[in-house]
Amino acid sequence: MNIRAMTAILAATVVLPLGAAHATDLEVTHWWTSGGEAAAVAELAKAFDATGNKWVDGAIAGAGSTARPIMISRITGGDPMGATQFNHGRQAEELVQAGLMRDLTAVAEKGKWREVIKPVSLLDSCTIDGKIYCAPVNIHSWQWLWLSNEAFQKAGVPVPTNWNEFVAAAPALQKAGLQALALGGQPWQANGLFDTLVLAIGGKELYERVYKDKDEEAAAGPEMAKIFAAADQARQLAKGSNVQDWNQATNLVLTGKAGGQIMGDWAQGEFQIAGKKAGTDYTCLPGLGLNQVLATGGDAFYFPLLDDEEKSKAQDILAETIVNPKTQVAFNLKKGSVPIRGDVDLAAANDCMKKGIEIISKGNVVTSTDQLVSADTQKQKEDLMSEFFASTSITPEQAQERFAEIIGSAD
Amino acid sequence: MADVSTLNTTAAGIDAISRGLVSGPRGRKPKRVLSRRNIMLYGALTVAALYYLLPLYVMVVTSLKGMPEVRLGNIFAPPMEITFEPWVKAWAQACTGLNCDGLSRGFWNSVRILVPSVVVSIAVASVSGYALANWRFKGAELFFSILIIGAFIPYQVMIYPIVIVLRELGIYGTLTGLVIVHTIFGMPILTLLFRNYFASLPVELFKAARIDGAGFWQIYFRIMLPMSLPIFVVAMILQVTGIWNDFLFGVVFTRPDTYPMTVQLNNIVNSVQGVKEYNVNMAATLLTGAVPLIVYFVSGRLFVRGIAAGAVKG
Amino acid sequence: MAKSVPSGRPNHLLRNLNSKIASIPMILIAVVIFLGGTLWTVVYSFTNSRLLPRFNFVGLDQYERLWASSRWMISIQNLAVYGILSLIFSLVIGFVLAALMDQKIRFENTFRTIFLYPFALSFIVTGLVWQWVLNPEFGIQGIVRSLGWESFAFDPLYNPDIVIYGILIAALWQGTGLVMCLMLAGLRGIDEDIWKAARVDGIPMWRTYIFVVIPMMRPVFITTLVLIASGIVKVYDLVVAQTSGGPGNASEVPAKYVYDYMFQAQNLGQGFAASTMMLLTIAIIIIPWAYLEFGGRKRG
Repeated sequence: MNIRAMTAILAATVVLPLGAAHATDLEVTHWWTSGGEAAAVAELAKAFDATGNKWVDGAIAGAGSTARPIMISRITGGDPMGATQFNHGRQAEELVQAGLMRDLTAVAEKGKWREVIKPVSLLDSCTIDGKIYCAPVNIHSWQWLWLSNEAFQKAGVPVPTNWNEFVAAAPALQKAGLQALALGGQPWQANGLFDTLVLAIGGKELYERVYKDKDEEAAAGPEMAKIFAAADQARQLAKGSNVQDWNQATNLVLTGKAGGQIMGDWAQGEFQIAGKKAGTDYTCLPGLGLNQVLATGGDAFYFPLLDDEEKSKAQDILAETIVNPKTQVAFNLKKGSVPIRGDVDLAAANDCMKKGIEIISKGNVVTSTDQLVSADTQKQKEDLMSEFFASTSITPEQAQERFAEIIGSAD
Repeated sequence: MADVSTLNTTAAGIDAISRGLVSGPRGRKPKRVLSRRNIMLYGALTVAALYYLLPLYVMVVTSLKGMPEVRLGNIFAPPMEITFEPWVKAWAQACTGLNCDGLSRGFWNSVRILVPSVVVSIAVASVSGYALANWRFKGAELFFSILIIGAFIPYQVMIYPIVIVLRELGIYGTLTGLVIVHTIFGMPILTLLFRNYFASLPVELFKAARIDGAGFWQIYFRIMLPMSLPIFVVAMILQVTGIWNDFLFGVVFTRPDTYPMTVQLNNIVNSVQGVKEYNVNMAATLLTGAVPLIVYFVSGRLFVRGIAAGAVKG
Repeated sequence: MAKSVPSGRPNHLLRNLNSKIASIPMILIAVVIFLGGTLWTVVYSFTNSRLLPRFNFVGLDQYERLWASSRWMISIQNLAVYGILSLIFSLVIGFVLAALMDQKIRFENTFRTIFLYPFALSFIVTGLVWQWVLNPEFGIQGIVRSLGWESFAFDPLYNPDIVIYGILIAALWQGTGLVMCLMLAGLRGIDEDIWKAARVDGIPMWRTYIFVVIPMMRPVFITTLVLIASGIVKVYDLVVAQTSGGPGNASEVPAKYVYDYMFQAQNLGQGFAASTMMLLTIAIIIIPWAYLEFGGRKRG
């Protein structure tokens, strides 16, 4: 202990004036492994390496569900990584409460995070007991309908401008032998689609009453019944997708085999990597073209508390780097997401991203369900939705009944 | 068909073949090779063999095709143009996150995990099995029963308790920790096999050694070990397969620079960059499976002999 | 097992000391990890632990919720169907193959290697390959259709009603080779004289197998049962690799419920409750049997 304290003091005195004088390896775990995602991470790593430190990449494929247990085990097992991705929201809450995570308040104050980060709710979900524990890296929203112009051309109908038109055009697509709606088999995708319908069709008020206030009555009410009817339509259009991963479903749209997909703005990255152009090759409809409101969630980096003084310093530098305007632009352009700060220049962004940025800057935003409800509630919803979307043996009424129960016991 | 089948219809004939003739020396060609019985026998075996070989065939064939050909859709068709590119890519170029060096990164890590884990787990289990078979003490069978029940506990359930134990011992994230984890989960089945094997050895040997004054360790090293090659081969095969193929522990109890090959395999197979590159996935799969497969092909004969000894006598 | 008790030592604790010392790792693993870990899990299943274990007792809440969950019920049904079928088919296929192999056939080594090699591959690999072979577009269904049988339908992985059989096919592919080996080993241990005697008495071969040989192979069947049954209860990787529990919840299994709720839903209490139920079921089946099998001192 004594020796450790001494070296810590020594290290601190030596390093202080120059910042990180020599390279410190910092292991960063995340689950960004698809094409667009990996390209975006490379930007983060490049920016961090430029500060004289070294990004040791710890990618774990298979989405958050594979990666998170590993991250949590390592943090609780006493062998934490240097930094780790989590979704915005409540995933890391208890790790913070257990005192396992590093307090970033000093870094945040220095960088004036509270002033630059927009919407400020992103920072709020990093804040526990007045202290800041994470660095938000991007804004993602789920409420997008991606359409293949080619598919509609083949079907001989104009490209829809909203969800209702899409549903109306679906028979033409099917007649042309195309998949109407692409939907991957993983539960979170059905769940996200449903939440999107709630916000786009039901509107902001219904969304907040159900997910923010957890109002069981609203969840069982007639307005939600409309959503379930729409979901019923969606599941029939999605029948026959036969893919698992979201980007395989996106690929169906990208190659003109499917008419459209409801998927978050990260799908943008896939179109970009494939060299497709917004407007000519594909069309994006935020809020499904019905209701221009986006739910802002996204990813954030958390920093486990480490004994090693130099690594702690490197953690601070990484946090700064992530929020840095330059990194923000480079990262988000590749990722297809929106930067977490309003003061950056995104002239290079394409049409779809610009639409998103505009909606967010107007303040037409709600908080994402990841932040509003616990992972447990989210999982129960996923179970319900994946069952509902996979099999017609469960009616919309039955599904709504179970949904209301989940909301009633939600936290 | 008809004339062949009439050759041989008596029960006596069938029995004669079944218990001897066919297995005669290789040089002498048995007369009734095409008996109805033989056709059925080899027919059934061949059909079964096809079921077992089909996936391997698909894997190999696919891994030798280029992506355009894979997209044509017939997974059973042999490659029109053989390419080794998927293999090269899987071994040295496939990306996960930022690391684009394929499976090669994990290979040596896997070896480094495999060797000590196999050695330690087998050593511990064989000594335990020996103690259970030849040196019973009060309560030994109780512990053994707990161990057998432990074989039924899903690994996932045990992650938390083990994380806590390793943390308290201060060896979380070290190779030692991982070796201990593999030893723990190899224990139930291995101990069962060793216990049965040692129990099947002639009691007289043990008694004679006792009379000569040999002790626990002396008997183990001088008498039991030299007679136990087959069961050690079985244990080795089971452990090499299990540990090499392990993903969960490999990823939970290590860190990125020591991830085993299976973690890279998972990353390659699950990180879809645009289109799923089935050919690369298949090549990666075969490469990852190569070590246990080779072990099987090389020591298959000993495996059956060892299993016979470890399982037959209860 | 009389051979194992050296007699005439005065001190009980010191008796057989080396054996006890040598067994320390086994005892530690049995007591600390398996027993301790199990008790720990059971205790925390009565709490409302979320991401981290917390001592906050909530009684039977987790269990009530568990049994009200439709996903859990589906998981249990699936495990029952999968378990029973996989037990039956593994034993039958394994035994039949072994009996065929025991006919003094040629190329025995080749056949054995072919049947056994899938066991060298992990469940993840097995799941991936079979996911592919069973893919309706370019797997078996696609091929048969392209041969002219347009209405041929075989898409177990995308049909909720039969998806569990798709998993079963893959599981049998991976595991029956080992069962065959065990059975073959057992058959090889049967005395040649038994066969001669049966033949002299004119008993047909199949009857000899069922009434004479199989009863003699009891120990082999027991080892095999432990192996198969423990594999069934733990089935997880295969489902994840092949279907991820889909379509919908149609191929969910208990071990996956445990894992998903522990780590994805971050509800340790719920996961522990589910795993306690699994353990309880196992205990009810295994403990009486283990007691008879290993607890008594009658056999050797």
